[in-house]
Amino acid sequence: MKIHEYQAKAILSKYGVPVPAGEAIFKAADAKGVAERLGGGTVVVKAQIHAGGRGKGGGVKLAANPGEADKLANQIYGMTLVTHQTGPEGRRVGRLLVEQGLPIARELYLGLVIDRAAGRPVVMASQDGGMEIETVAEKTPERIHKEYVNPATGLVPFQTRKLAFALGLQGDEIAKFGKMLGALYNAFIGTDASLIEVNPLIVTKSGDLIALDAKMTFDDSALSRHPELKELRDLEEEDPLEVEASKFSLNYIRLDGTIGCMVNGAGLAMATMDIIKLAGGEPANFLDVGGGANKEQIRNAFKILTSDKNVRAVLINIFGGILRCDILAAGVIAAVQELGVRVPIVIRMEGTNVEEGRQMLKESGLNFTNAKSMGEAAEQVVKLSRA
Amino acid sequence: MSILLDKSTRLLVQGLTGKEGTFHAKQAQAYGTTVVGGVTPGKGGTTHEGWPIFNTVADALKATDANTSVIFVPAAFGADAIMESADAGLRLVVCITEGIPTLDMMRALTFLKDRPGTRLVGPNCPGAISPGKAKAGIIPGHIAREGRIGIVSKSGTLTYEAIHQLTQLGMGQSSCIGIGGDPLIGTSFVDVLKLFGDDPETDAVVMIGEIGGTAEEEAAQFIQKSFKKPVVGFIAGQTAPPGRRMGHAGAIIAGGKGTAAEKMAALSAAGVTVVKSPADIGTAVKSLL
Repeated sequence: MKIHEYQAKAILSKYGVPVPAGEAIFKAADAKGVAERLGGGTVVVKAQIHAGGRGKGGGVKLAANPGEADKLANQIYGMTLVTHQTGPEGRRVGRLLVEQGLPIARELYLGLVIDRAAGRPVVMASQDGGMEIETVAEKTPERIHKEYVNPATGLVPFQTRKLAFALGLQGDEIAKFGKMLGALYNAFIGTDASLIEVNPLIVTKSGDLIALDAKMTFDDSALSRHPELKELRDLEEEDPLEVEASKFSLNYIRLDGTIGCMVNGAGLAMATMDIIKLAGGEPANFLDVGGGANKEQIRNAFKILTSDKNVRAVLINIFGGILRCDILAAGVIAAVQELGVRVPIVIRMEGTNVEEGRQMLKESGLNFTNAKSMGEAAEQVVKLSRA
Repeated sequence: MSILLDKSTRLLVQGLTGKEGTFHAKQAQAYGTTVVGGVTPGKGGTTHEGWPIFNTVADALKATDANTSVIFVPAAFGADAIMESADAGLRLVVCITEGIPTLDMMRALTFLKDRPGTRLVGPNCPGAISPGKAKAGIIPGHIAREGRIGIVSKSGTLTYEAIHQLTQLGMGQSSCIGIGGDPLIGTSFVDVLKLFGDDPETDAVVMIGEIGGTAEEEAAQFIQKSFKKPVVGFIAGQTAPPGRRMGHAGAIIAGGKGTAAEKMAALSAAGVTVVKSPADIGTAVKSLL
């Protein structure tokens, strides 16, 4: 789960990470008051969306005084912010963060993720703050310093010192860095984060280390033990159909093609998207109904799938293991009868009770196209989507 | 021969008294696997569907000669169940449970490093089957046939698809191993390839990967250096959008890394026959033999 910058900063601050003074606002008119409360000097007005590249897209602006903060807040609030991470449709800005402006001496990068190959957290630090870490990794990998953390010991002081020296920090900056990184690590473990990024971490002209930006992503599998984090979810940032699907524990991701697909199992669902593309079509979604889907689940899946107006045809690809083909057939027939589906449906099923399932589809009198194999199913559905 | 499971497998089911555990224990037994009992804390001393239930894995090992366990406990207790069975000294632990928090798995994998005698397969996997011999997990037995092709895969139903295609074309399987789609797992592609490499009854291997991580690239390196048998590869997620988790916790293209294209290129360069279409897995294997 992703959260906004201001939410990440609030969490990190609780763990002892220094962040700039500031307040989140939900309407532009509040910007001026915040700027005044921050002392009336320079503030930064920052669009809060779940995507990077906000500055370049025009979503982060410096205001010299409260009057200018008011003007800029009105500009940014409600705008559709397009960045390299939002896609061309962009995101509407409905939340702003107004923060005190700080005199920057240096910009650094600090990140924490789980390294999958090593099976442990890794701290990444770089002098190239403000740049995307992926770009640094690609062009100048030697400028990224890494320390792997042993889960049994946690982050050890020598590791933070090594990173501090590698970043060229001096004097009491080294101790401040150690304290900050320790707090970040505690936040990472304490919240079951899957990513924390502070980019940039700034050294101010007076020698303070402050998280000028912050990004946190949490492990979805661990959210059940962090009810307070669950409440930070911003539904405005998600596709409405995806929000609807999540209510029924369906794994649905909306894409921009015309062929809806319903599959059991994540790997087979991805493979089904791939084979649609190979047959010359474009998948409209990823949808995994899971291994133990029942009739109700299939009805809900069908409803969501077909409420995407771009869908011109539907491919159902089920390999029945635990999910029996006759149960699937009953679910699909019920859904089509009830919802009156307007697009052609191609069904390919295999596995447990497949003969019964095929017979049921045939006898339903509904207009299904049965395919014998995945390849045939993909070709059929692409053809029908163009008819 | 086969790998991981065979006629000597004596299976303990952690979470046997639950709905999933009961169903799949029965399926495993019906397939011919020796299921020796179950573990459910607090229900020790009772029996369930004729099987003895124990409070702890250690108790189960005192009373039975279990050598393998399969885990069907809820996600919150998954890592704990893994560590308990490793501590008791089981040589193989297959964890089916989906949704174990990553940090829990990190701790469990750290714990397992001190117990090199235990191999963990999974979590979030369909388990393993050695056709005609034994199964541990949820792979439907009736689609598999005894034979000489090995399968290793991150996915569940896509594995069934591969098994089905091979069986339809008259090629049976030596063993099929689902390694799981989570970011942190116990057994990697390389681990399974090593076992298939040493198995005289496996002639060729189907390897099914998906977007995310670098396990497929590591497998490519291993294959290039030290794997002599033919390999057919498929990578799911060629059309997956970046930054989105595609069902499996580990299936995500992050920071432009972990794409299907990179993985397919690495495998091709290592001499693997990479198929673009999941429908071509079976025919590709046939053409190599």
